[in-house]
Amino acid sequence: MFNIESYRKAGSVAEAVRLLRENPLARLIAGGTDVLVKLRKNQEGFHHLVDIHDIAELKCITRTADGDLVIGAGSCFTAVAESPLIRRYVPVLAQAVRTIGGPQVRNMATIGGNLCNGVPSADSAPPLLALNAVLTIEGGAGPRQMPLEDFFQGPGRVALEQHEVLTAISVARDNYAGYYGHYDKYAMRAAMDIATIGCAAVCRLEDGRLQDLRLAFATAAPVPIRCKATEDRVRGRRISPELLDDIARAVTKDLQPRTSWRATKEFRLQIIATLAHRGVRQAILEAGGSIA
Amino acid sequence: MKRTITCTINGKRKELTVDVRQSLLEVLREQAGLISVKQGCAVGECGACTVLIDNVPIDSCLYLAVWADGRSIRTVEGESRDGKLSRVQQAFVEAGAVQCGICTPGFVMAATAFVEKHRGRKVTRPDIRPGLAGNLCRCTGYDSIITAVQKSLDEGDEP
Ligand code: FES
Ligand code: FES
Repeated sequence: MFNIESYRKAGSVAEAVRLLRENPLARLIAGGTDVLVKLRKNQEGFHHLVDIHDIAELKCITRTADGDLVIGAGSCFTAVAESPLIRRYVPVLAQAVRTIGGPQVRNMATIGGNLCNGVPSADSAPPLLALNAVLTIEGGAGPRQMPLEDFFQGPGRVALEQHEVLTAISVARDNYAGYYGHYDKYAMRAAMDIATIGCAAVCRLEDGRLQDLRLAFATAAPVPIRCKATEDRVRGRRISPELLDDIARAVTKDLQPRTSWRATKEFRLQIIATLAHRGVRQAILEAGGSIA
Repeated sequence: MKRTITCTINGKRKELTVDVRQSLLEVLREQAGLISVKQGCAVGECGACTVLIDNVPIDSCLYLAVWADGRSIRTVEGESRDGKLSRVQQAFVEAGAVQCGICTPGFVMAATAFVEKHRGRKVTRPDIRPGLAGNLCRCTGYDSIITAVQKSLDEGDEP
């Protein structure tokens, strides 16, 4: 049995917020693939649960009249990967979440949970960062919105109060229309493994120029992170093999990988450069560009 | 911390009193007597505990029993009909995909979901591997298991 001391099931987001406020020790459980593993290890801080597993309003994936995509935070990875809207408009996200766990885990784990854990290795984070995703957070006083980029505060730390619920992740039309992307992950095993490095590249081309590039990494810094200096450096430049080499060199300065039992810092830097090169190249090809 | 849940297990409606602290794996084994459901790792790595919830494979070790309320659960015990093995079970036997057997019930359920989802589609061996990536086997080396899945898919048109 899991060492659960209190358990309340929420029927709606509003009820979840109320239940969280009632018990300051409580935290949310959605898909369960992280929280229940932590309970298995009897880790502190997970013994009081508010259950949002079955809240239907958190599982919708829709496109607004303006063309913005809204992904319910409780959508499981399989639902995200197989959603016709995601596959059509932001295939880079479908590509990234397909690399997570195995089918059983993807059928349970939620995209919101992946972000709220705040782990540096979250595979859903780089594509969403590269798509300038915005979060909708409910805390009882009406929803607030926050760019995903500001959400990650440190390893395991996110800008979510104890009583708040992440309800949706949105990608505005302007941030995906005309953009093409690629996600690449390096891990020790092809399946069921945590990213040693994950890299999402999203770009827009015009007349053989890299009109815009958004590059984001997982496990390459204390939090999932964008490579802003590199992006600024290459924006508007003509596409060439030299440009790709330049990007591969520049990204390592935007990141701070560290040594862990999984890989050394030096090894990670090598992988970062390789994935940046490969990711941007693939994104350019997806966008119909050619690299002379 | 007891709750009463109603669910369908292998086609039969059941009312169960479960503790909110129990995993579905514990309830299936200890209360429903379905001991095909194995606990390997208990943390979502091995797939030995795979069951289908509304025909979708999940790891029952990381699934709260209360979540099964109102849902339909399938385990390997319910897959044969009138003493006749399901197509997937039969294919596992024919392909020699069973050695010690501890991973087999989980594999059969993951494979069953995969076959049902991909019926009528063209599927290659490299497509099957990621479909079974949530299950570990220490004996077979996987090749015979992939063959079993392919066999089940190929025979998909027969009645
Ligand atoms: S026992 Fe559930 S995945 Fe290993
Ligand atoms: S047959 Fe022994 S673990 Fe698979």
